[in-house]
Amino acid sequence: MSLLEVKDLHTSFFTAAGEVKAVNGLCFNLEEGKVLGIVGESGSGKSVTAYSILQILTHPGRIVSGSIKFRGEELVGKSDEEMRHIRGNKISIIFQDPMTSLNPTFTIGNQLREAIMMHTDRNREQAHTRAIEMLRLVGINEPEKRIHQYAYELSGGMRQRVMIAMALACEPDILIADEPTTALDVTIQAQILELMMRLQKEFGMAIMMITHDMGVIANVCDEVIVMYAGGVCERGTTDEIFYHPKHEYTRGLMRSIPDMNDDEKTPLIPIAGTPIDLLHMPPGCPFSPRCERAMKICLKEKPKEYWVAHDHLSACWMNVKDGVCFDAQPSEGELG
Amino acid sequence: MNKLLEVKGLKQYFPISTGFLKTTMLKAVDDVSFDIEKGETLGLVGESGCGKTTVGRTLLHLYTPTAGEIWFDGKKIGDKSSLREFRKRAQMVFQDPYSSLNPRMTVADIVAEPIDVHKLCTTKQERENRIRELMTLVGLNTEHATRYAHEFSGGQRQRIGIARALASRPEFIVCDEPVSALDVSIQAQVINMLEELQQRLSLTYLFIAHDISVVKHISNRIAVMYLGHMMELACANELTKHPLHPYTVSLMSAVPVPDPRESRKQRRIVLEGDVPSPLKVPSGCPFRTRCSRATSACMESCPAMRECAPGHFVACHNV
Repeated sequence: MSLLEVKDLHTSFFTAAGEVKAVNGLCFNLEEGKVLGIVGESGSGKSVTAYSILQILTHPGRIVSGSIKFRGEELVGKSDEEMRHIRGNKISIIFQDPMTSLNPTFTIGNQLREAIMMHTDRNREQAHTRAIEMLRLVGINEPEKRIHQYAYELSGGMRQRVMIAMALACEPDILIADEPTTALDVTIQAQILELMMRLQKEFGMAIMMITHDMGVIANVCDEVIVMYAGGVCERGTTDEIFYHPKHEYTRGLMRSIPDMNDDEKTPLIPIAGTPIDLLHMPPGCPFSPRCERAMKICLKEKPKEYWVAHDHLSACWMNVKDGVCFDAQPSEGELG
Repeated sequence: MNKLLEVKGLKQYFPISTGFLKTTMLKAVDDVSFDIEKGETLGLVGESGCGKTTVGRTLLHLYTPTAGEIWFDGKKIGDKSSLREFRKRAQMVFQDPYSSLNPRMTVADIVAEPIDVHKLCTTKQERENRIRELMTLVGLNTEHATRYAHEFSGGQRQRIGIARALASRPEFIVCDEPVSALDVSIQAQVINMLEELQQRLSLTYLFIAHDISVVKHISNRIAVMYLGHMMELACANELTKHPLHPYTVSLMSAVPVPDPRESRKQRRIVLEGDVPSPLKVPSGCPFRTRCSRATSACMESCPAMRECAPGHFVACHNV
């Protein structure tokens, strides 16, 4: 049994202009103690997936259908009260912008204590001790002093450390990190990623790392999901996705990134066209309007996910055409 | 050597009120000198708050420099008459394609603004043709000229911003983080377009960005800034392969490589702590508080830029 199993998840926003299918038939598993990366462009449904798991979607968004199982327990359909025991306790989240996710009118100690007292039976004093302990753990100097400060008194990197401390205070099984380093500078990003990886080993939790930065994915993830227009393009181990991409979108994405080792300044090969309009989704593969290798079938029918290796799934008709895919998971030996 | 732009000892201080009747000078840019050759792209990198955007804005006299000289094409920029001519020849592309376009103006009017300001077209027909020409140049559909900015995607808006910058037929463009707000696939489109335009219109760029791989791709030379000071300046390949300044070294090592095998091999030098407040810049070398090689000499005096190898300038006592 996987730690987290998401099956055929559909989340939509019902706007005045029509139904926006932000997540459209998403399937994936998250295993115990693994780091799973979710990569995609803005509007690909990465964050909405995270919000769906925690059920913190705001109106007019809601889960339309599908199943999200945490340790075999169905989360879809749970009441707010029941979800409150899961959020911050079993599954935690840290957001992109630590300034807006911390309350500016309370001290950070106040907010940390609140999270701890909500989910454990510690009293105020014990919660205070735990909060200081957590701040020290995430590498904040003089936590006894910092705990009385407000968010505005801290730097961006420091705020993100406080968010991590808060998220991990109840030792969750899953930490969802929604673009945790996007708002930070590279040197601070390196600090935060190092911290997250250290804590991941110490706490043994699983991490869902949502990002648009392929560099961050290559650095920290065991497995990757590439998303486009609310669906999975392909998923597999990080090495498989990077070295044997089996979807035109992933290939295009890799070609668009400037190569640091290229001294000749070879022109980049961008993906043509503009990002998809989620209100007007094409009937076939959502990437087909921008795909240079699109065939007739791509425009008509949405491809399902096929196995292309024992640790790699891809939803692209090209694999079917080239005959390099399997309906069932092949064993490692079968492929040589 | 054919220098288009020369900057000597540029300083930009902002007065910040730090208490009742008390002001402190925020030294956003402190004694920066460099030059840009014709047709070249100079990349400017650094962390947020290091003064790279201020350099770009001060160059175009959007701020009046506190001290220092800016020479453009052999003429010193400063008085009103030289400014008007200069602003026609030097333009800017902004980072945020959402806030840099007026939501109440049509694309045609946005693009034509420099034309109207500098009175570059005499007839209505001429103006219209020029707008159409500019929109085609940046890959926009000319039928969309009567639309408003909100009807476009981020990448298209950035194209509008670039078309506006090109309207007065400039020679020099300050690109202030032009692709940071865009998705990777769109980012590549805009980078390629900027490179093409540079070739076709023989433009000179100052390219400001925090993404080092992007800067390396587009620039001939790169300058690294930290807390208002310039730390290192060298040819793009040289700077990324053999950085000399301890700050550049750690900056390069912190960039995540989009290659799992490479990144497992990568040795990271993780810098301790945060960038100090620009209101309290450390004495001597601004980087010394986070530098692993800092000595007492670094505390006493601020190192000047020295040429360590041909074309490779470093401001460090220990290199």
